[in-house]
Amino acid sequence: MNNLKHNDDKKQKNLLFSFYKSFKSFGASVPVLIGVILLLGLFRVNVSPRLISSIFRGDFFGDVLIGSVFGSISAGNPLTSYIIGAELLKEGISLFAVTAFLVAWVTVGIIQLPAEAAILGKQFALKRNLISFVLAILVSLATVTILMMIR
Amino acid sequence: MKDKIRKEKEKGKWVGLYFLGLVIILYLFIFFLNFENAYNSLKSSWDILVKLIPVLFLVVFLMGLVNYLLKPKAISKHLGKGSGARGWVFSVLAGIISHGPIYVWYPLLKELRKQGMRQGLAAVFLYNRAIKIPLLPVLVYYFGLAFAVILLAFTIIASLIEGKIMEMLEH
Repeated sequence: MNNLKHNDDKKQKNLLFSFYKSFKSFGASVPVLIGVILLLGLFRVNVSPRLISSIFRGDFFGDVLIGSVFGSISAGNPLTSYIIGAELLKEGISLFAVTAFLVAWVTVGIIQLPAEAAILGKQFALKRNLISFVLAILVSLATVTILMMIR
Repeated sequence: MKDKIRKEKEKGKWVGLYFLGLVIILYLFIFFLNFENAYNSLKSSWDILVKLIPVLFLVVFLMGLVNYLLKPKAISKHLGKGSGARGWVFSVLAGIISHGPIYVWYPLLKELRKQGMRQGLAAVFLYNRAIKIPLLPVLVYYFGLAFAVILLAFTIIASLIEGKIMEMLEH
């Protein structure tokens, strides 16, 4: 009986600890999140759609490539990429380019590349990131094409 | 190795604060140049934040659940060599349900690689970290359910393609 009670206490402690850990790890990304939201506020007020279109809207494949490059060099919580992606959509950037941006954000890590190369090997890190970059473009093309077909 | 992780964590913490500091300095600069512009930007930021708060609570809750139900050591046990098709499936699942910053998982993968884990499986695992279960509600909120489902399916397919290419390049 005592053992059962002890186990229950332990489980409850573990559950509390898990939530504490998640709160803490989420808390660590709060400064970046607030920074990004503040930048987005500035972005919304000061950057005109015309300005964005001048960077982004070259041609179809050019846009997708720019999206993938932007996603690769950016890092951080994927939540941030969703917010930026949604903003880009509102500004009229194609869903193909935004999807490439979202996928590259989480699969290609230029910022983490030194750490990945140091621990898992230079060859592994370079190959993996390069393949992921190409795949970000292909995943974007496949996803949005299927989405357009079913709609 | 633990020192390396700690250093990365510390670095990440400071990078975040530096970033926020720079944004605040930028705001102060604009505030003195053009008060109305800074005020409108702040108001716009506030609107974004308010819309996001309920979703953020859900994210923290789901992160807690994932932390409670899954431990990294249990995941590492099933990623060994000779796991065959099961290894690929498990790499996909482990990547999807694994949690926390990506660099926390590098040392664990290095250990597994030393024990003979296939290179492709490590790549599959890392690629599937793109799928964040706790963040799914946010993805659906911004881009719709159909988009989220199709994107997740293609992410898994792409991870397997990447794993296979990595193995082909290894030989």
